[in-house]
Amino acid sequence: MSTMALIFSLIFVLIPIVLSKTLNLGLEKDATIAVIRSIIQLLVVGYILKFVFDSKSIIYIFLMVAVMIIAATLNARKKGAAIKGITWKIAVTLIFIEVLTQSILLGFNITPHTAQYIIPISGMMIGNGMVLAILFLNRFIAETESHQDQTELILSLGGTPKQAVHTQLMTSIKASMIPTIESQKTIGLVQLPGMMSGQIIAGASPVQAVQFQLLVLFLLLTTASITSIMLGFLSYPTMFNKRMQVVRSK
Amino acid sequence: MLHKEVNRMKPAIQFKDVNYSIDGQPILRNISGAFYDGEITTLVGPSGAGKTTLLKLCNGLLSPNDGDIMIHDQTINDYDPVELRRTVGMALQSAPMIDGSVHKNLALPLELQGKRLPDIQAIDLLNDVGLSEDFLQRNSKELSGGQRQKVSIARTLVNHPQILLLDEITSSLDQVSQKEIEELIVKINRKYGVTIVWITHDLKQALNVGTYTWVMMAGEIVETGKSELLESPSNERVRQFVKGELG
Ligand SMILES: Nc1ncnc2c1ncn2[C@@H]1O[C@H](COP(=O)(O)OP(=O)(O)O)[C@@H](O)[C@H]1O
Ligand SMILES: [Mg+2]
Repeated sequence: MSTMALIFSLIFVLIPIVLSKTLNLGLEKDATIAVIRSIIQLLVVGYILKFVFDSKSIIYIFLMVAVMIIAATLNARKKGAAIKGITWKIAVTLIFIEVLTQSILLGFNITPHTAQYIIPISGMMIGNGMVLAILFLNRFIAETESHQDQTELILSLGGTPKQAVHTQLMTSIKASMIPTIESQKTIGLVQLPGMMSGQIIAGASPVQAVQFQLLVLFLLLTTASITSIMLGFLSYPTMFNKRMQVVRSK
Repeated sequence: MLHKEVNRMKPAIQFKDVNYSIDGQPILRNISGAFYDGEITTLVGPSGAGKTTLLKLCNGLLSPNDGDIMIHDQTINDYDPVELRRTVGMALQSAPMIDGSVHKNLALPLELQGKRLPDIQAIDLLNDVGLSEDFLQRNSKELSGGQRQKVSIARTLVNHPQILLLDEITSSLDQVSQKEIEELIVKINRKYGVTIVWITHDLKQALNVGTYTWVMMAGEIVETGKSELLESPSNERVRQFVKGELG
């Protein structure tokens, strides 16, 4: 795309701003900020990626993945503030997902061993892991709060902490995975996945783009299940103390 | 369930200068005293007095900030929490049900140990609390308040507790069910020698069923003794409270 074309594309920014002004929606400021931020962030990422790809150094790949994991962890942990040690629990989960998926992808030569593949796939996995972590934590905290009497009941009858939150844990794991599974059922029927569209626009053959998109979908399923399950099993024990009592969250 | 040896002068539960607070806010203060073995003791007092909190200290759902609680002469912290909660059973005020049938709820204490509850035993339990066997497959969501309480009590009995803690189990019951439950609890106490600590807001009930009573107010015990003390309290605050309740 030429620079001239990119400048013309700003027409698509002007349309919502003009609409917002005429209808007094008051969204001009936010829209402008969003546009400026996305231009800056994406340009910076573009140049960083170019630098990393050109340098062909594994250290930069590591650094980029680390930055992604840190950013995703910091973003997701806000939702889990009620759970002790939630920051490292999310970080460990995301690191595990990254190591597992890349080991399989690279180990079986499913994807080439280059930054061009490792970084975008890592980004998708970590980003999806972050979304799943937020969905899971939101649900799990709500479930345990609204079912305190169930927890108390099971503890009173001589159940263990794990038994006392089992139902809430399973409900939350399932609920957080449903959007991933549901969205995959209709994929391609309503809208083409962004990544696949991008590849097609960039000139790849549709079949090749589909193959790659399928790989990503399968990876997303793994990410979704591992994030919720791992985070769940790391989280519930800190809600209880050694005497099997519920620890009150501040 | 075998009848256990009862020594009525021996404490089943003993409090030694127990204090409990939440975030520095005192909830229970200087609690000392005993619930005697094989006896029914009622806990009465205005809501918010700390009655439920006191019960939760007895089965280790909560621990005191200081002081000690002895269960059958053994300090509560020496018990394994699971063993403690099976020995000291508790029927919660809200009688929470797990999703599913009445049978599933009755089987819960055994299911937690990886065991099953045979239908015959489940039916016996239902009969014990005055429910017919038709209830076995009934969905727990369809039970009335009173029926739920009965299932909740039967469920607590599955563990054969030596001490039974009851939190306002008859508050939501009609007169008939209330009488049934009172008779049932007295029967369990007589037949099996189970020590019973019973929170009730109904002072007539306290007089009817309890040998001893503790009157609690604002986190403290203001009076303890034979239930008859409720008829002529010596403490002025208790007199006011009793007057309000008994009319
Ligand atoms: N989890 C809690 N957080 C804060 N305050 C509590 C909590 N549980 C109980 N309390 C307070 O402790 C006091 C005693 O409560 P409770 O034992 O339920 O009284 P009762 O059963 O006599 O009505 C009340 O003032 C109540 O507000
Ligand atoms: Mg209460």
